[in-house]
Amino acid sequence: MAKYAFFLGCIAPLRYPGIEKSTREVFKALGIELVELKDASCCPAPGVIKSFSKATWLAAAARNLALAEKEGLDIVTICNGCYGSLFDAAHELHEDKKMLDDVNKILAEIGLKYNGGTKVRHFAEVLYKEVGIEAIKKAVKKQLDCKAAVFYGCHFLKPSNIKNLDDPENPKILDELVAATGASSMPRQQKMMCCGAGGGLRSQFGETAMKFTKANLEYMKASGAEVIVDVCPFCHLQFDAGQKELGIPFKVFHLSQLFGLAFGMSAKDLGVKL
Amino acid sequence: MVTPVPAFTDEIAKNGGSSAMLCFQCGTCTAGCPSGRFVAYRIRKLMRAAQLGLKDDTINSEDLWQCTTCYTCAERCPRDVQIVDVVTALRNIAVANGKLYEGHKKVAQNLIKYGHTVDNSKSAQRVELGLPENPPTVLANSAAMAQFNKILEITGFKKLVG
Ligand code: SF4
Ligand code: SF4
Repeated sequence: MAKYAFFLGCIAPLRYPGIEKSTREVFKALGIELVELKDASCCPAPGVIKSFSKATWLAAAARNLALAEKEGLDIVTICNGCYGSLFDAAHELHEDKKMLDDVNKILAEIGLKYNGGTKVRHFAEVLYKEVGIEAIKKAVKKQLDCKAAVFYGCHFLKPSNIKNLDDPENPKILDELVAATGASSMPRQQKMMCCGAGGGLRSQFGETAMKFTKANLEYMKASGAEVIVDVCPFCHLQFDAGQKELGIPFKVFHLSQLFGLAFGMSAKDLGVKL
Repeated sequence: MVTPVPAFTDEIAKNGGSSAMLCFQCGTCTAGCPSGRFVAYRIRKLMRAAQLGLKDDTINSEDLWQCTTCYTCAERCPRDVQIVDVVTALRNIAVANGKLYEGHKKVAQNLIKYGHTVDNSKSAQRVELGLPENPPTVLANSAAMAQFNKILEITGFKKLVG
């Protein structure tokens, strides 16, 4: 059975625990074991924390990577921000021996060492590549008959030169995953536009962030979509807050919650309001 | 007044933003920048100011903080400028020079306090869902929290945030 270290991050466990719960249930149903990555911290966030100090960001990310390495497991994340931070940090550390040595001097102070052996995965990419659309279709017990606005966000696919998952301007991974549940992915304008939350915009320039969100919600409405399906708790938070604040109502699902519903799990167990 | 600081370009390079020098000002980045759609921020101009070593113009400007790090620009740049890395370098320098915004400071303080960017305001919902009250992260283990905080100390983060 495939096994991963489950990296929780911040927004999912502390704001949308339903996302954490749904991921646990969905992975169990698909026969993938998620092992707790005990004592992990924030990834740290690619927006504010990396903007403040790249040195802190790198060392704290390396600590998380080292914790997974100790367990002999690759990391799976449920957030584009966590994926972005941990993937980028791992990439830099694996490419640059001097950087790795410097970080290990810091880790030595807390009795840890990172040897460069942790791969960082995004849950949607694990579902697409390791489980596969056919196996997911088989696990679907209830065809979902709804029109979805599929939202990739930014740090899932980009920077594409190091992630190499899909075409960053015209991707299909999530559309295919969503279609596997019976839901339809509705084509729309500016599908790859940022939600607005990242880079510290939400925490300091919230009104500007909401302008991004409003534009996205309007394109989504115009497409005929009824629900938003995201793969990042921070995009999720931004859209959930935005649809209320802006009076453009949408149900907002993390992909794990959409899968949970399609696999026949109860909305209550998934932390979803229908 | 625009005052170039030649040593500033070295400082940017040291912080990981050397690719700014490759920019030939085509404006492809600005054309696709979602932030530029809503505010007066122009990423092309920021790249030019970085090239020229305009320290005050970059690190004191609110513009520097209008980027969501969405990577649209970096994906399309014909010169392969690592635009987000340049923005990050400039922000690191700004913060080291004491240019911090309150909203960002709060997030940074949360990291020091909780090891996470937010507090746990959903413990009741977690329990309802059958999850432990606190996730099994640094939040649930004070020894791990101390260990994490040591990293913040060694790398100067605590001093930076104040
Ligand atoms: S797209 Fe690249 S080369 Fe063109 S202005 Fe922007 S940073 Fe400079
Ligand atoms: S990464 Fe920043 S500068 Fe580049 S397009 Fe996105 S918001 Fe604009």
